[in-house]
Amino acid sequence: MRRNENNPIIDLISSLVAPFIMLFGLYVIFHGHYSPGGGFQGGTLLAASVILLRLSLGSDLGQGQFPSRLGTPLASLGVLIYYGTGLAALLLGGAFLNYAFIPFSVLTPLRRSWGILSVEIGVGLAVMAVLVAIYDDLLEGEPDA
Amino acid sequence: MHDFLVGHYFYWFIFLLMTIGLAGIILKRNLIKKVIGMSILQVAIILFFVASASKWDATVPILDPALGAADVTKYINPLPHCLMLTAIVVGVATSGVAFALIIMIWRRFRTLDENELLEKLKNDPD
Amino acid sequence: MIPTNAPALAPLIFLLAALIIPLAALRIRRLAYVLAMAAAAAAAAVSVGNIFRVLESGTVHYRFGGWPPPLGIEYVLDPLSAFITAVINLTALVVLVHARLTVAADLPERKHVPYYALVMLMMSGFNGIVLTGDFFNLYVFLEIASLSLYGLIAVGDRKSPVAAFRYLVIGMVGGGFYLLGVGFLYINSGSLNMADLKAILPAVGARPEIIVALCFMVLGFGIKMALFPLHGWLPDAYTYAPTATSSLMAPIGTKIGAYGLLRVLFFVFGVNFVTRTVPLAQVISWLAAAGILYGSIMAMAQDELKRMLAFSSIAQVGYIGLGIGLANPLGLLGAVLHVLNHGLMKACLFLVAGNFRMRLGHSRIRALDSGARRRMPWTSAAFTLAALSMIGLPPTVGFFSKWYLALGTIRNRSWIFLAVILASSLLNAVYFFRVIERLYLRPAMQDNEARETEGRSEVAPSMLLPTLVLALSLVVIGLLNVVIVKGLLVRFLPPGLEFAFP
Repeated sequence: MRRNENNPIIDLISSLVAPFIMLFGLYVIFHGHYSPGGGFQGGTLLAASVILLRLSLGSDLGQGQFPSRLGTPLASLGVLIYYGTGLAALLLGGAFLNYAFIPFSVLTPLRRSWGILSVEIGVGLAVMAVLVAIYDDLLEGEPDA
Repeated sequence: MHDFLVGHYFYWFIFLLMTIGLAGIILKRNLIKKVIGMSILQVAIILFFVASASKWDATVPILDPALGAADVTKYINPLPHCLMLTAIVVGVATSGVAFALIIMIWRRFRTLDENELLEKLKNDPD
Repeated sequence: MIPTNAPALAPLIFLLAALIIPLAALRIRRLAYVLAMAAAAAAAAVSVGNIFRVLESGTVHYRFGGWPPPLGIEYVLDPLSAFITAVINLTALVVLVHARLTVAADLPERKHVPYYALVMLMMSGFNGIVLTGDFFNLYVFLEIASLSLYGLIAVGDRKSPVAAFRYLVIGMVGGGFYLLGVGFLYINSGSLNMADLKAILPAVGARPEIIVALCFMVLGFGIKMALFPLHGWLPDAYTYAPTATSSLMAPIGTKIGAYGLLRVLFFVFGVNFVTRTVPLAQVISWLAAAGILYGSIMAMAQDELKRMLAFSSIAQVGYIGLGIGLANPLGLLGAVLHVLNHGLMKACLFLVAGNFRMRLGHSRIRALDSGARRRMPWTSAAFTLAALSMIGLPPTVGFFSKWYLALGTIRNRSWIFLAVILASSLLNAVYFFRVIERLYLRPAMQDNEARETEGRSEVAPSMLLPTLVLALSLVVIGLLNVVIVKGLLVRFLPPGLEFAFP
């Protein structure tokens, strides 16, 4: 794997730290109901890890984790997960986003809990993709610093 | 009078932030500084909502087995916090769009100063 | 399933299209336009069906997530929101038919797919603003629509990023003030639901916070609607945006602000609060009258057709603002009827400007002459019909909304406003006849290019047909206006302002 020759320290530290940031981002998404967190916050952390790699390794070396062309499609996919949960609720008989109608489990409060988790995952994915896409688009065509 | 000034000190602070933000948007000539001013204004509005949600001697709005769910004065109001999550996301998206527009303006006109930009626009053939 | 979910379907259909277009068009680029048209057609069908549903069964409430208000977010389908969603969705459908060729001509290939996705997102936002019954939900959809609109404006001419940036900063300040107003209302009442606040506000009374909240919300909507001193973003945004964006933005965007103003002033705060407790309706009517005169006078001085239409839009929004500010049933009827009429007229006029740009390469007024008219006779005819409607000649639609507005001013005994309406019709005649005179009476300039390309070179049918359909609808709906007003519009009037036709 090619490495950035100019700044070996930055290169090494960011490569070591980035996976932990991602893990923490996932933790924040999944524990949004109990501690500060949720979809948007976790998505921002996931995006931070990707942008860290892009900043430290340079734009073309940093494509490994998250290629630039995935930005917009993953954002649409994330929001579609959210929309799909709501649509499933609508098609199964209730109002849009009424999680009680989606057969996640037997008890209604658990159904609502799983429904909220599902939309939070969608939001996290969308936010990560959008923030990385904003970074990529703003720097399009700039030579690597 | 004392209660008006000192009792509501947080709202005076928010008022100051909003004024700084608005002044930044109007008075600063650089486009990026205008965006920063707009961002400060939005943050001030978010802080206003969050400040309005707090209560005396109340804790975070997560169900605590010791306190129970009966007395709502023990938990702060979670609704403005949720509303402000959305407002923060809107602020981020706006900043993203604003900076993309600024980059487009820079690439076409090579200036980010408001007066120079208006001069260039006036002289630019339609 | 459709009847029970009817109120929420229009924004949901547009949102689904906005999400699927980037994914589907990864493979096949053409799918973007097809999906956009399909979504617009479906939403228009749903909205028209909603009008009939509302006429049969009255107001329909829809609870998102099944939570009852004031805990949950509620969408309300009453005659006003059904009417306005039908107007904006039908207009968007007709304009999208026209947009295929102009988007292909104005924008580079790789921007087509994001463009249509943003258009769908913007329409979802507009529909959401009209249908929602919750103040914060209105803010969310307002920002969705505004952000998409900034992106749609920025891909136009060379100067369009500056116009979009100015609109962004002004629009965000407006949104921020609206949010602040909602915050004040929430702190004083504990509810964000419109119907709920309508019940709670009389008990709260006319505290300073409530008055300030009302003023902030009016400020936010006024910026969106381009009410007189808050119109600064409009001329540049309309002029430099691509044709399809201007044609979508002009008939629809400002009306949404006017709808918000109407909803907040008369359905939540009540007519007594805004006329007697706080004389806000009077202030709005004076500002609107100033806007009418300002827009009409500035329009006379413009050389570029789109810029002239932009200033004309400021004047027309002034009519709607005047109708709202009069705060009597006839004025409100005139204002809402003008939403429909101006939507049709401005859409037709901007489509004509797009046609001129496509065939002649420009839309500068001083460069038009009867050579242009000979090359594009149908477009010129459509322009003339729309211009006559803007001036207010019966039986075109423009006459009827001005008639109701004039009756409203007479009922209030506001002779100054009556004079403003009549004077502005005269000014409209001046700046529209400038163009008509050039098209029909000025002899063609003789140069080699003109001689070579003599003969018809009208635009393609997919662009010409929407223009003609809109122009004809101006007459058809003018003749049908009694049906519309008596059948539908009279029902939307807020409590306290009922009206019975003699």
